[in-house]
Amino acid sequence: MTKVNDFVIKFANVNGSGSASANLMFAKTIFRMGIPVSPKNIFPSNIQGLPTWYEIRVNKDGYTARRDGVDCLIALNPQTYQSDLKELVKGGYLIYDSTMERRFPRKDINVIGIPMASICAEHYDDPRQRQLFKNIICLGALSVLFKIDISVLKGLIKEEFQKKPKLIEPNLHALGLGRKYAQENLSSDFDLQLKLMRQKSKKIMIQGNEASGLGCIFAGATVASWYPITPSTSLAEAFEKYLHMFRSDLKGNIKGAVIQAEDELSAIGMAIGANWNGARAFTATSGPGVSLMSEFLGLAYFAEIPLVLFNIQRGGPSTGMPTRTQQSDILSSAYASHGDTKQILLFPSDPRECFEMSVDAFDIAERLQTPVIFMSDLDIGMNDWVVDELSYNDKHNFDRGKVLSAKDLDSIEMWGRYLDIDGDGIPYRTIPGTHPSKGSFFTRGTSHDAFAGYTEDGRINAENLLRITKKFNKSTKYLPKSIRRNAKNKTDVGLIYFGSTAPAVDEAIDYLSEEGYNINKIRIRSFPFDRVLEKFISENNHLFILEQNRDAQMKFLISNELEIDINQFVSILNFDGSPLTAKFIVDEFKSKVKNNKKIVAKVKRSRTAA
Amino acid sequence: MSFIKKPIARHPNLPKNKLGLTRRDYEGALSTLCAGCGHDSVSSAIIEACFQLSIPAHRLAKLSGIGCSSKTPTYFLNKSHGFNSVHGRMPSVATGANLANRDLYYLGVSGDGDTASIGLGQFCHIMRRRLNMVYICENNGTYGLTKGQFSATNDKESKSRKGVDNMFESIDLAALAIQLGAGFVARSFSGDKDQLIPLIRAALSYKGFAFIDVISPCVTFNNHAQSTKSYEYFREHNEAVGFLDVIPENEEISVNYGEGKSIEVNVHDGSKMVLHKLNKSYDPGSRRKAIGKINDSRDKGEIITGLIYLDQNEEDLHDTLLTTEKPLNQLKKKDLSPGLKKLRQVNKSFS
Repeated sequence: MTKVNDFVIKFANVNGSGSASANLMFAKTIFRMGIPVSPKNIFPSNIQGLPTWYEIRVNKDGYTARRDGVDCLIALNPQTYQSDLKELVKGGYLIYDSTMERRFPRKDINVIGIPMASICAEHYDDPRQRQLFKNIICLGALSVLFKIDISVLKGLIKEEFQKKPKLIEPNLHALGLGRKYAQENLSSDFDLQLKLMRQKSKKIMIQGNEASGLGCIFAGATVASWYPITPSTSLAEAFEKYLHMFRSDLKGNIKGAVIQAEDELSAIGMAIGANWNGARAFTATSGPGVSLMSEFLGLAYFAEIPLVLFNIQRGGPSTGMPTRTQQSDILSSAYASHGDTKQILLFPSDPRECFEMSVDAFDIAERLQTPVIFMSDLDIGMNDWVVDELSYNDKHNFDRGKVLSAKDLDSIEMWGRYLDIDGDGIPYRTIPGTHPSKGSFFTRGTSHDAFAGYTEDGRINAENLLRITKKFNKSTKYLPKSIRRNAKNKTDVGLIYFGSTAPAVDEAIDYLSEEGYNINKIRIRSFPFDRVLEKFISENNHLFILEQNRDAQMKFLISNELEIDINQFVSILNFDGSPLTAKFIVDEFKSKVKNNKKIVAKVKRSRTAA
Repeated sequence: MSFIKKPIARHPNLPKNKLGLTRRDYEGALSTLCAGCGHDSVSSAIIEACFQLSIPAHRLAKLSGIGCSSKTPTYFLNKSHGFNSVHGRMPSVATGANLANRDLYYLGVSGDGDTASIGLGQFCHIMRRRLNMVYICENNGTYGLTKGQFSATNDKESKSRKGVDNMFESIDLAALAIQLGAGFVARSFSGDKDQLIPLIRAALSYKGFAFIDVISPCVTFNNHAQSTKSYEYFREHNEAVGFLDVIPENEEISVNYGEGKSIEVNVHDGSKMVLHKLNKSYDPGSRRKAIGKINDSRDKGEIITGLIYLDQNEEDLHDTLLTTEKPLNQLKKKDLSPGLKKLRQVNKSFS
């Protein structure tokens, strides 16, 4: 049976073999054909020689979460033949390099051999070329099998090698070699087909870290200090790229500075120093980095210094799974640092939101004079997602918050760095160098009074801590609101989720509704939690919380912060490091409600009604 | 303990600097350190140097880490913004602050716990980057605020107050600074203001990373007979390489010290440094010789003081990074945000 625009293709490669760019070109070709596509790069913490996979889901209905079961496996790594083979669906295709012919222990699949290495050996002498062009030859053969619009693929190759034009012709040649082989030797009886579609809106294919780095440019960030760590590195690198692109003058001078620090302690220290001195600055890291930054996070919280920290979460604990995804830093970020501390968190769910929330994060940090932790993850940060084009409102001005100018200082009678003048808990700050005789103060992590003076008076310290709590509790008006959507039919079953699980949730809820399960959903976008979430919780009697960690961290945070009985929530947890599938959610949900007579009875009723 | 304000009564005839300010305008709160602490003398020297240089106090940011020494920024320049950061991390905060505004003076004060132990990494890397700042380490060889543990700069031959041996090698911060790229490296003594004040003045005038290792005895925990960081030990073992004059812009050099003994250096702010060497053969422009000199003196049981090393190539982190002249914290939205039109181009590159 022919499958059009609805299947999963998986490339099994060896890392360091040049497969990544060829794989991306394949995914991007599908994207340019207007077909909803979502590639996931499953890679090892290694540079050369270990297995790596590239999984592409094509879905005409626009479902972009991962899906189990591979329809076409391009098996180019003998190390993983056995396990890869298991994932192939019945009747699926296995494509391999048949330079060395071999048998595969499954009779229910179609095996297609393409002698890629021997074609290469015939046409290229240089060993590196032989390896690199093997991927392009494979791409050529695939383009014939999948009936891909070849002009799209050729156009992509030309773009890819725009900066090295000498490579265009050899790549097109390799592509032609693969196509020729397929046309002459392979049966046209191939059931998976890619057909052009028309996109409903203008789309782009982009990674979250790229979008965040760009967002920081639009937000007016001028200082970035960071320490290399997967999966956040590409965020700082994207910022640096756009800094040179957009903020470099004719003399080559740059309106911004990027420092690769000696460690995460220093990276956050620099970002704090720059923010203290009135520049917009950020740092980007992942779990292990956040652990190291905790001490400074406490200082920024207590001394009330704005800061934007990107936490691109990966698999923990400890060094954990550096190249896999998780949402397992929720509690350690929300309560980062010793003593009574609470941090503002943002939860983007795709690269477009990464851009928007990165722009907003700096306004929030300066308005509230506190760190804002941007809780992305490896799946959003390092995979290519197809999203609507990025947009920006030129009329939006930076919200620098309560900063006093020299003129302001001259016109006021009394000023204290930590005085709550407006009753919102947010004091007024001054930037060094502003006024010759007014507005200087001593920033400290030790207990201080409203005038920033050192104090060991417990009552004064307690008052100050309560003011910061007031500021924190009132902060929700500046934060992105939760987004809720009710099921078509009235129900009191609710699902709470956040971040990169969104595509899997959307798909799962559709499947479940087809089976008669009506589910209201709400996507959390920030912490502290807003009224929208509180209302959702009060309106739904059966509440599920979906998250990618072992310990149900979001569940604990919600029940702790909103003072709700934790037994009111049922957790759906996944922490295997892979982006979620809708099937996982559907199966988990059904197994959790199996014994819940109320929910199952309602489903039966709605089926009868239908 | 609370911070203590000084009385504001002033003598009407106090001398004034170019800004019309008196020395008292550069003071801070009353010190809460132990009576006789070396650090208080360093604070006085900082006040005097800033007064003499007529630095507008609000154009200087003072930063510190944690410890007795890091408390001292409260005791000088109360019209300057101050930042008492976390233990050993003053260099990173100073780096960020400097990146945000290259036009201010940055004065960092830390101790040997900050500099040689918990913050050794940050200390090393800030020098590699040649941040334009003055870093004063008030070095007393001991952890004062936690009551007298050995620090990493305490000499191996030195003993604790109770006679316990120090078992480990000491770190020579000045040698390390020269090795790692600091352009201005000096060592001095809190009790020698004639040497220390000109050094601080010169360091503030210097563009690049200026480090002054100030031996500043801890009267409570490390000033006993068997200590090598005591007032008495220092006075007996001090070997100055020379002394320094700082000649402000438009002033003539009036004293002649004899041929081959003086080095004149033009500093970027227009002033001149004149280093008068006590030994004709000493060359403070050579990293190798400067480190050799430190080691030689040490072998002889002497503590070398004065301006030990000077790189006349004044270059700082902003020069390396090619940051724009205008301080980054003064750039506005029109300078920074590329706007929707540019975003459309970016969209195109991902379509």
